[in-house]
Amino acid sequence: MEAFINGLSAISPQNTFAEEKLLQEPGEYCDVRFIKCLEPQYSGFIDPMAARRMSRIIKMGVCSAIKCLKDAGIRNPDAIITGTGMGCVEDTGKFLISIYENDEKLLNPTPFIQSTHNTVGASIALALKCNNYNNTYGHRGFSFESALLDAMMLLQEKQACDILVGALDELTPDLFTITDRLGFWKKVPVNNLCLKDSKSRGSIAGEGTAFFALSRHKSEKSLARISSVMTFFRPENITELQNRITSIGKPDLVILGINGDPQGDEIYSHLRKGIFNDIPALYYKHLCGEYDTSSAFALAMASGIIREQRVPDIMKLDDIPVGELRNILIYNHLRNVNHSAILVTSC
Amino acid sequence: MSVRIYITGAGIISSIGLNYSEVLFCLKASKGGIGRLTLLDSVHKDEVPVAEVKATNEELKGLAEVPGKGVFSRTSLLGIIAARQALKSAGIEKPFDVRTGLISATTVGGMDRTEKFFKKYLKDKSHGRLRDVITHDMGDSTEKIAEACGIRDYVTTISTACSSSANSILLGSRLIENGFLDRALVGGVDCLTLFTINGFNSLMILDSNGCKPFDEERNGLTLGEGAGFLVLESERVVAKTGRKAMGKVTGYGNACDAFHQTASSPEGDGAFLSMQKALLKAGIRPDQIDYINAHGTGTKNNDLSEGKAIERLFGNSVPPCSSTKSFTGHTLGAAGGIEAVFSVMALEQQCIWPNLNFTRKMKELKFLPVTDLRNNVPVRNVLSNSFGFGGNNTSLIFSKL
Amino acid sequence: MEQLVQKLKEEIITALNLSEMKPENIDEKAPLFVDGLGLDSIDALELTVLLEKKYGLKIQTSEEGKKVLYSVRSMAEFIRENNKG
Repeated sequence: MEAFINGLSAISPQNTFAEEKLLQEPGEYCDVRFIKCLEPQYSGFIDPMAARRMSRIIKMGVCSAIKCLKDAGIRNPDAIITGTGMGCVEDTGKFLISIYENDEKLLNPTPFIQSTHNTVGASIALALKCNNYNNTYGHRGFSFESALLDAMMLLQEKQACDILVGALDELTPDLFTITDRLGFWKKVPVNNLCLKDSKSRGSIAGEGTAFFALSRHKSEKSLARISSVMTFFRPENITELQNRITSIGKPDLVILGINGDPQGDEIYSHLRKGIFNDIPALYYKHLCGEYDTSSAFALAMASGIIREQRVPDIMKLDDIPVGELRNILIYNHLRNVNHSAILVTSC
Repeated sequence: MSVRIYITGAGIISSIGLNYSEVLFCLKASKGGIGRLTLLDSVHKDEVPVAEVKATNEELKGLAEVPGKGVFSRTSLLGIIAARQALKSAGIEKPFDVRTGLISATTVGGMDRTEKFFKKYLKDKSHGRLRDVITHDMGDSTEKIAEACGIRDYVTTISTACSSSANSILLGSRLIENGFLDRALVGGVDCLTLFTINGFNSLMILDSNGCKPFDEERNGLTLGEGAGFLVLESERVVAKTGRKAMGKVTGYGNACDAFHQTASSPEGDGAFLSMQKALLKAGIRPDQIDYINAHGTGTKNNDLSEGKAIERLFGNSVPPCSSTKSFTGHTLGAAGGIEAVFSVMALEQQCIWPNLNFTRKMKELKFLPVTDLRNNVPVRNVLSNSFGFGGNNTSLIFSKL
Repeated sequence: MEQLVQKLKEEIITALNLSEMKPENIDEKAPLFVDGLGLDSIDALELTVLLEKKYGLKIQTSEEGKKVLYSVRSMAEFIRENNKG
């Protein structure tokens, strides 16, 4: 099973949407507990009559999807598949608050309509008038990987040739406040680029959207190829985890989901001493923050690294020399419950 | 690459019963479950009827056999109960000897607890018990079900509004066909919440008299709650265990209406496509469908659009058709799962379920829904429709062995 | 009446988030839906909420809704007629 990445577009706290090359000017944020996306101008990507109803995440999602298709030269994909851990949080919160503030009476319907997890996938279909397969996954740290697996199966089943797959998650003030109370984030602000060295508990919150044009066929636009996607739910111990990951094969480089939280990062340290010993390792969450679908940002990075055959220094965790990059493994876990691995290969 | 997908177990909880046999009894007795809202405190409780599962959360905890101290949303409890029943009815016990996955679906997730949290949080952002909000996301109920059932090989959640659990059945079938799993527990769950009651009320599509699908005087939907799960197994597993199957999943189709965020296209383009794809996958002709379990929410827009699409596909010989939402209400993310169980029941019992609350034919449509229980009729293939916001449409075909 | 029309236009722009629109761009007699301003069924619901919230007026049936929400002027007339006594 494989899928060629023939186009991608990501909106993130980095300048990923506009930059031609990978991380030309890494975004540094001093004294932060969260980082937010650098939003592009949406006009030109979204019809104003449709945009007026869209919350920030819907705009970011639709905009990156449309740009991705444009870059890949696809007008009507055979399938649109999205993954989101938390869905359209802003609209959900807005409607929930309106219930209490108005005593359940005379509520504006728009935020309710726009609150479902499939809003972005549906809005893309609506913008393209695309009647094809359309699906949305919403499962914590598996959301994007589930969407990817669905897409790769569709290609294998020969039910589709070109598929748009994407991930989206937004950070809102209420989401930050609540998850902060849950102890997810560092209490003392940090510089994002020094995240891995931080000894305090928690990570920094983030957000982002990333869309990929996947195809059964290699083209001159192909950046890289996805050759495997795996998810592991609550592995019993590190041995089981190692066995599962090694079954994918030995990569030339790993991109790890290290997020600066000593407890969660212990798993990565373990793997780096074990099966990833002597494999150059990178990390990415200092660039995008922690969120449910951050692995989609990592996939965008991996695709760029393979195409450019260049590793941005800002992502490096060690000095192990990097040779030719044929296979990059992205390994991430969310709270030691949702573990996932994506193998990206050169075309 | 045609792999047969067998249905070896089914579990259900809804307003018409807490398990398979109770539900079957009500279907056969034409006894619907729509009534007054009692378990939630809403200003609308006297204006809009609902289809509640008649059990408190404490009672559900007992039925779900979960530890009393655990933090469970109503959604997760309903899901655990139906999922456990499904495994039990298939005679499957832990530890599993084959690769077993769980694909669940939900649209509200743990919203019932989030509402409690938000009421306090809104007054003061340091207030509200955190244990009420950690169950908010869609993945929570699925992981609770996975843990209760001991499933680890593949776990995910689909959320495509009202077609969510039809899509989980579609995905489970494909995961088996593609060789990723040998067995999949598939379905969906949603509980009643203030969020959805007020949401649909703000759209002015809740019928104050209870839903009347496919009736000229229909005036909207009635919300319900519940869960429905099926156990799907590959041919190889069924052959190995000698388990008796209840039916097969033979067809599925997913298409997008791409017309409007909430409204369906006048001619039901997405609905037509999803039904057509399902027939194509099953490799059968329209005249081989013996029963259509329609989406039939009871809104002016859905029933007209779906009815038109059915007439386009089936012409002048529309097979017996009914909406069982007249029994259970619209259970949103659970609807596809619950109606899949009803479809399996129709195959097993060789019955066609009636469309309750029907009095007048829609003037735009030629066909009439089935209004009385049909017993002892040949039911070989059942078509089940589930359509959602955003035009996410999915059709499934269930067939007799 | 003209004041009411002007006020209503501003309220509609805010309620429906028509940020690229100015009151003078809206022809008060032109249809609000489909051909005119291009509004849809969700906007109709939002306008119904607006009438009830700001003017205490309830639209009873969908037929009445179609008439009242035809244009800015028909909305203004509905408000004036019903607020008389």
